[in-house]
Amino acid sequence: MSQSPFNGSVVPASLAGHRISRRNLLRGAAAGAGAIALPSLLAACGGGPGGDGKTVTMGSNASDPVPKKAFAQAFAAYEKQSQEKRKVDVNTVDHNSFQENISRYLQSKPDDVFMWFAGYRMQFFAEKGLLHDISDLWGDYTGFSEALKAQSTGSDDKQYLTPYYYYPWAVFHRKSVFEERGYEAPRTLDEYLALAKRMRKDKLTPIAFCDKDGWPAMGTFDYINMRTNGYEFHKSLMAGEEAWTDRRVKDVFDTWRSILPYCQPGANGRTWQEAATSLQKGETGMAVFGLPHPGQQFPEDEQDDIDFFAFPEINPEHGQDAVEAPIDGFLLAKNSKSLKNDQTMESARDLLSWLATGRAEDVYLAGDPNNVAVSEDADISKYSPLQKKAVDLIAGSKQISQFMDRDTRPDFASTVMIQAIQSFINEPDDVDGLVNGIERQKKTLFASDAGS
Amino acid sequence: MAFFTTRRTRRRGPRRFSARDRAVLCVLLGVPLLLDLVIVWGPTVASIVLSFSSWDGISDIEWVGTENYENLFTNYPQFWPAVQHNLLWLGFLGLVATPFGLFLAVLIDRGVRFSRFYQSTIYLPVVLSLAVVGFIAQLVFSRDQGALNAILGDTENPTDWLGDPDLNIWMVLLAAAWRHTGYVMILYLAGLKAVDASLKEAAAIDGASETQTFFRVVFPTMRPVNVIVGVITVIEGLRAFDIVYAVNKGRNGLELLSVLVTDNIIGEASRIGFGSAIAVVLLVVSMGFVVTYLVQEIRGEKTR
Repeated sequence: MSQSPFNGSVVPASLAGHRISRRNLLRGAAAGAGAIALPSLLAACGGGPGGDGKTVTMGSNASDPVPKKAFAQAFAAYEKQSQEKRKVDVNTVDHNSFQENISRYLQSKPDDVFMWFAGYRMQFFAEKGLLHDISDLWGDYTGFSEALKAQSTGSDDKQYLTPYYYYPWAVFHRKSVFEERGYEAPRTLDEYLALAKRMRKDKLTPIAFCDKDGWPAMGTFDYINMRTNGYEFHKSLMAGEEAWTDRRVKDVFDTWRSILPYCQPGANGRTWQEAATSLQKGETGMAVFGLPHPGQQFPEDEQDDIDFFAFPEINPEHGQDAVEAPIDGFLLAKNSKSLKNDQTMESARDLLSWLATGRAEDVYLAGDPNNVAVSEDADISKYSPLQKKAVDLIAGSKQISQFMDRDTRPDFASTVMIQAIQSFINEPDDVDGLVNGIERQKKTLFASDAGS
Repeated sequence: MAFFTTRRTRRRGPRRFSARDRAVLCVLLGVPLLLDLVIVWGPTVASIVLSFSSWDGISDIEWVGTENYENLFTNYPQFWPAVQHNLLWLGFLGLVATPFGLFLAVLIDRGVRFSRFYQSTIYLPVVLSLAVVGFIAQLVFSRDQGALNAILGDTENPTDWLGDPDLNIWMVLLAAAWRHTGYVMILYLAGLKAVDASLKEAAAIDGASETQTFFRVVFPTMRPVNVIVGVITVIEGLRAFDIVYAVNKGRNGLELLSVLVTDNIIGEASRIGFGSAIAVVLLVVSMGFVVTYLVQEIRGEKTR
């Protein structure tokens, strides 16, 4: 699992069976304890190694077993091919803890290179001066599309992120269920609703729906918004430049309300795992998910039965242009002490350049087939049909969005939008009250940062 | 001071302490005092000060006066529900769970059959942390895969115990009370054992009924236990956090002040000023109870 701060378990890393080093534990504990009052003061407990110039420390949030192992293989491959005998020293932190502590982590004593997300969430830290500019490295990168470059670029037009993989969001379903009943993938909203009606007649709950974790329903909102109003509107809405009281936003909620009767009721009490399981059991017909989500809930021998179609068209002007495909990648932390050493910096940049190659992505994806490579040079011949389809989906799109919680301010996503969408699911009829509330809170949040 | 002779210090009078005594006293009092200042009062004052600022933990602190509080009271939909839930929590534990624990303690103390068995069974949940209780609550109350709905067998339109925002707070309170009751029961069992049996006999001889004996004699004699139970109940009511966080991160009908503090302060773009303002509200509420308690204690000491 890797796209949101709001997912996953609440079991602390130390209990979850992941390797966690003492200093990470200390750092986590200190950050937790200091969070209430004196965060920056207390969080400075980690310590970086002095560095021999050849060893690059890597802050990893890949605590789930599958990605963790795949990353280990990728770094081993790097070390093996390195002529200068460069090494990668990985510090893995529980996925959620990593995200919760990220700002304290980047301010105190971060690792040289760390894993993070593209888009607004990266730009935010770039603006705060916590990342190293890698525009010169980007000059040599090959195989990345313009959309990828845009998502790796800060608001100052410099690049900060080396993208590694992404995964698209779409409407997932079981191939066998569709074949048995003769369903066809809908292309427009009307067809989508007609299919949902048919499924209901066939005693199938049409759409699996969950939002207990707070983030899954954001994907549906994003898609309805981008299909109705286009990617540019999504971007400026997320950047706080559009009013939530705008007619266009209300349209999104109105459309969503017309879909809700076909969704599983009680979404706020259902985790994404439960929703994906209902899809796997054939109790529900379809579900809006990211590529890794159904895969994790389907048994090994049923993986081939997973299929998807792009979220249906709503407004012909925008067609199915945009695809939501969160990108993960690597960044250089400005406050890393050892990066002040030119040799270490050189090693870290060498590592990034290697990670930007298609070959590096192949190694990773061999171990974690739930994502697809960002580089055009990556070898897709070993991809599963589902991965190939995902590649086609992204390649056929005109714009790539990240995800609501990656495209907007983190505090807006987590303290306003999660609650707003959950209350919409509870009471879909009071859209005016809802958008007024969002707009008022948005104003205070986006205003608070205007000076800096 | 050093020039006091041993002989002089042995005399009666105000100067009884040798230099060494003073040093020991200074260390023994000074260290806890310092710790208290640093660990308790430091963060408290820092929270209060930061609550008047806008700070994301990275940029410079910007002072915004009472803006955080205005936003909190007028422009934060989760705030008032959270206050309500905290009060509800307090009320439920104080008026339902605690009396029920007392009731069980009395029953067991009177020696019903299998009382040892009941005692350990009811006490068992206390050893679980509330986070674990939260996980257990999910196993029981989950809409699609929960034990309760499986037993009720309503597959057509099952009740969404934890997802329905009007219902889930009660389910969580039930789970919290499950644990709290056992705790209170054990405390009262100890208290009841300590009540002098002759008091009860005397009351019986004076013609008091069982109920009268309990409420007029036994209960007041347990004052120290009552105070402890009261304090524990208030603490549990105000610090409630783990169970709702385990269930759904304290959203969708399970908002609590402690959750809002965490939501705002922990995270990528922390709203430390705003979160501190919520923490200050929680502090003020706690202070209300602390001051009431202290006033009672001090008055009690004077009249004794």
